[in-house]
Amino acid sequence: MKKRYLIVLLLVLSVISLFVGVIDLNPKDIFNLTEDQKEILLISRLPRLISIIIAGVSMSICGLIMQQLSRNKFVSPTTAGTMDSARFGIMVALMWFPAAGPIQKMLVAFVFALLGTFIFMKILDKVKFKDPVFIPLVGLMFGNIVSSITTFFAYQNDLIQNMSSWLQGNFALILQGRYEILYISVPLLVLAYIYANKFTIAGMGEDFSKNLGMNHKRVVNVGLVIVAIITSVVILTVGMIPFLGLIIPNIVSIYRGDHLKNSLPHTALLGAVFVLACDILGRIIIFPYEIAIGVTVGVIGSGIFLYMILRRSAYAS
Amino acid sequence: MRLKWKISILIAVSLALIAVYLFVGIPGNWDYILPRRFTRVLAIIITGSVIAIATVVFQTITNNRILTPSLIGLDSLYILLQTFFIFVFGSTSIVALNANINFAISVGAMVIFALLLYHLLFRKQKNVYYLLLIGIVFGTFFSSLSSFMEVLIDPNEFFMVQNKMFASFNNVNTDILWFAIIILVATIIYFWRYIKYLDVMALGKEHAINLGIDYDKVMQRLLVVIAIWISVATALVGPILFLGLLVSNVTYEFMKTYKHGYLLLASALISIVALVGGQLIVDRIFSFNTTLSVIINFVGGVYFLYLILKENKAW
Repeated sequence: MKKRYLIVLLLVLSVISLFVGVIDLNPKDIFNLTEDQKEILLISRLPRLISIIIAGVSMSICGLIMQQLSRNKFVSPTTAGTMDSARFGIMVALMWFPAAGPIQKMLVAFVFALLGTFIFMKILDKVKFKDPVFIPLVGLMFGNIVSSITTFFAYQNDLIQNMSSWLQGNFALILQGRYEILYISVPLLVLAYIYANKFTIAGMGEDFSKNLGMNHKRVVNVGLVIVAIITSVVILTVGMIPFLGLIIPNIVSIYRGDHLKNSLPHTALLGAVFVLACDILGRIIIFPYEIAIGVTVGVIGSGIFLYMILRRSAYAS
Repeated sequence: MRLKWKISILIAVSLALIAVYLFVGIPGNWDYILPRRFTRVLAIIITGSVIAIATVVFQTITNNRILTPSLIGLDSLYILLQTFFIFVFGSTSIVALNANINFAISVGAMVIFALLLYHLLFRKQKNVYYLLLIGIVFGTFFSSLSSFMEVLIDPNEFFMVQNKMFASFNNVNTDILWFAIIILVATIIYFWRYIKYLDVMALGKEHAINLGIDYDKVMQRLLVVIAIWISVATALVGPILFLGLLVSNVTYEFMKTYKHGYLLLASALISIVALVGGQLIVDRIFSFNTTLSVIINFVGGVYFLYLILKENKAW
């Protein structure tokens, strides 16, 4: 798949996304909109489109960075406890600083997400048994542990329903004034692009990168900080989107290889296209209601992931 | 000899706790309270020991102390089924209200799912980790579906789902209990002749085959038995993810042996001690605003984090 096809696809889907919804908007009327239609476009549809694209791009890139740094194709924010730790952070914020604004909540979530990801990397160092399939199992166990601790406190404080409505991946609640925090991830994505070559080298192993004169530890830390911030921002504004960081980078690496500078733009584009397509699908299927993005991506994503696992084992045997 | 001592201590402690649970703090009205408590204790004993034994067997098969059979997605399937019943038929329907039908359908669906999963995998290749990974993916798939339905369910009806999301020993139906006991006794009789193989299987696949065990066949049969056990336990009280992990690891630390005869018995007893003791603490000492399963998962989770982080050669 060429890059320009992806760009064209993204543009087409974006236009469709702008004009799909309960209130009728027609591409024909774009130059003579009524006052109401203009408001719908600016307050709801456009923010939704922007947040879909940013979330899709940044979660896929997070997955790519994590896979490169941990040298395992099955690691992603979902399978490394990052999402669960961020969730724990949000719960702490809800419990102790109920009056905090989104920025403060994000900061708390970020601290926990970073801590969780570091602990996971620490665990990876200690695992002597490096079966590639075993690593995500450890990560998922770790995520389960963190979320069981979250549940314990959430149950005590009657926050369970509150938490699940907060965290279900959903673009329907995105309105002007409620998503701008997502823009934080844009400079981080630029940073990720600048560091791309270094991540590629770091992915070759600690000894090798030291041999090439690179500060391995610092590069890994930069990568993890980027992942943790982006994950917390996305969780706070959109919610959990399972499997996204797992399948997109893997699909791209099948046809583009592991050179990060080459595969980053593709991963970003494909991530945006995938989330956008899922979102449009979710809005059309039971129109005028809609299916939350966490569900559509969860269902389609688990299908693709299963296919990838089985295909990989077909190669192995 | 030391092992027998440890087992006797465990038996004594669990009997004492059960006695305290049954007979202490009854303010009269024995005829009403005692049978209810008895049912609850029976449910605890059954589910606790079954989950513990299933986990120990599973960890021996996989040769790994941090895995649990709950990972193959049965928990999420159970919650999906319960959500689905209420979503489609409503909270006053026969499937939601009649515990027997609900139990039969849940157990049936979970066992069939596990068998399909095994079938899919063992036809292709035989790595147990793939089984777990695919199970987890199915788990995420199921919970995506159920969270979608949960959002659409009427809030009052949602409470019925939420009750099922956390394991509870308080409302176990007596009929189902006998039904479950029959299934479990049958499977345990079947399982009995495999116990002796477990000591050998703990040595690893190569050694076990070398010593003359039909490894793949025994493993598949044991996995089927495990699936039945976990399904019955889950359908009886609800999902308790970390109970098995907590209990099995405490058992290894406490017994310090590799003989499965002792390990299995001890794990069942420790599980009973943990659950009855935990229920006593929750009910009588603290009036915690929580259920036992949430506490078990919390304690199990923290203990587990400690196990993973400390230098551990066992895995």
